[in-house]
Amino acid sequence: MSTEPITRKLMLYFPECETEKPIVYHLVKDYDLIINIFRARVTPEEEGYLVLDVTGTEEHILQGTEFIRSLGIRIDAVNKGLAWDENKCAQCGSCVPHCPTNALSIPDRNTMEIVFNTEECIECLSCIKVCPFAAVSSLF
Amino acid sequence: MKNIEQINDKISSGKAVVLTAEEVIDYVDKKGLDQAAREVDVVTTATFGPMCSSGCFLNFGHSKPKMRMTEAWLDDVSTYAGVAAVDLFLGATQLQANDPANRDYPGDFRFGGGHVMEKLVAGEEVQLFALSYGTDEYPLKELRTTFTINDLNQCIMVNPRNCYQNYNVAVNTSDRPIHTYLGYLKPQMKNCGYSSAGQLSPLLNDPFYRTIGVGTRVWLAGAQGHVYSEGTQHSPTCERGHLGVPSEGAGTLALTGDMKKMLPEFVRGVSLKGYGVSLSVGVGIPIPILDEQMLLQTTVRDRDIMAQVIDYSTDYPERTGRVLGSVSYEELKSGSIMLDGKKIEAGGLSSYSKARKIAGILQEEIRSGQFLLTRPIAPLPLEQSMKPLKEASS
Ligand code: SF4
Ligand code: SF4
Repeated sequence: MSTEPITRKLMLYFPECETEKPIVYHLVKDYDLIINIFRARVTPEEEGYLVLDVTGTEEHILQGTEFIRSLGIRIDAVNKGLAWDENKCAQCGSCVPHCPTNALSIPDRNTMEIVFNTEECIECLSCIKVCPFAAVSSLF
Repeated sequence: MKNIEQINDKISSGKAVVLTAEEVIDYVDKKGLDQAAREVDVVTTATFGPMCSSGCFLNFGHSKPKMRMTEAWLDDVSTYAGVAAVDLFLGATQLQANDPANRDYPGDFRFGGGHVMEKLVAGEEVQLFALSYGTDEYPLKELRTTFTINDLNQCIMVNPRNCYQNYNVAVNTSDRPIHTYLGYLKPQMKNCGYSSAGQLSPLLNDPFYRTIGVGTRVWLAGAQGHVYSEGTQHSPTCERGHLGVPSEGAGTLALTGDMKKMLPEFVRGVSLKGYGVSLSVGVGIPIPILDEQMLLQTTVRDRDIMAQVIDYSTDYPERTGRVLGSVSYEELKSGSIMLDGKKIEAGGLSSYSKARKIAGILQEEIRSGQFLLTRPIAPLPLEQSMKPLKEASS
């Protein structure tokens, strides 16, 4: 396994009870991971969400995610907190100047087609405010 | 050189040469105007963008006992019932009842007339609630039911104003963000909003309305509709640039078509934060290539089409007439424009990629003989300007 640090974007889903544990603390301290939290909604006694980037060696990330799972927290690496519905998107491009990371972009200025790259998305929610067609939505 | 009948004969026999307004540019570059004009029969143009001035007429047929509707709501969106007993008019910008609008600024405007129209075309169920004072022959006073577009006798779209020939580019020079129908504008001109399909746009390819007039058959969201009149605010007397292409609002078209034949992809409700609701509709218009001059008009390209940059924080609302500068659609489509040495990010509201798609669909429909061209029954006015509101002084 490589020792080069890599970055993974994760979405954690907390069923009601598990929100008390200092997860981020353990990820940093025990697994030497760098954490960048994009968005969180963690309220005691309710289900919660946390969207974050973890940076570290592949092995540490694996161990860290195992630790999270052992607490009964679900990790979703595919379904991120922000969804772009390709069919609802009218390809207008209004969101593009408001997206700070180019997650929503127009790579080909001849066809002017909009592309969404979920890896780039930091879930700032700017696009939701400006999309006239309700094509982007937040899971929480 | 060619007339509509000859072109239609070629279309019917499947031999017509049809290019999109994008393809024709390179084609003429390669073949030369003279030869291309002999070959090309039709150029397809298109646009897809918010057009507030839209609505539809619905006829419900009669309930038992009968009712003369005097007030009616579709999914809680108020309609105009002062038409006839069971005819209603639904406007695209009408808000749903109890929408807080901008009382909680900026309002979200999630649902309105445009969204009801989208649901109708998508075949979804819509609720009708109607009230009446009751008459001897129309005794029913209240009705609540659901229906789909298939249950209606007619559902006819009308756009009193569509296909704006060109449009403003909006910026905000103030210190606070503003919400406009051209989108969210950050303070100090950080971004701009525009709305035109540029080189694909119908009236930019026929700037003097030679082939597009009253009666012209158009592709309206998939249905074969037509131009029924000049559009509201039609003001062709304006500043014109390369090939006579207007660099401001200018001409408009009034369109109508059968919503039962429309495609849901091209009839979409629009929510503009802080502004209101609207409707985006896809339109395609074929331009018959009657001669070299007509072909030349269709070769107009984004870099030659200019639009005026207007300050929507002061000059637009105050009607000062001040223009900050002018930019080309090539610049706008690149994602940023330069104004007074300042880089401004650009975002569209009309969809160029949908316009491309429509121009391609119409091209196929003409090639396969399903869509024939028409000669206008009356021309659009070529000289006329827009008057401001006359406010009587008391
Ligand atoms: S949430 Fe922010 S980063 Fe993600 S796509 Fe929308 S604007 Fe871009
Ligand atoms: S603003 Fe909405 S509809 Fe327009 S391109 Fe972005 S996601 Fe698509």
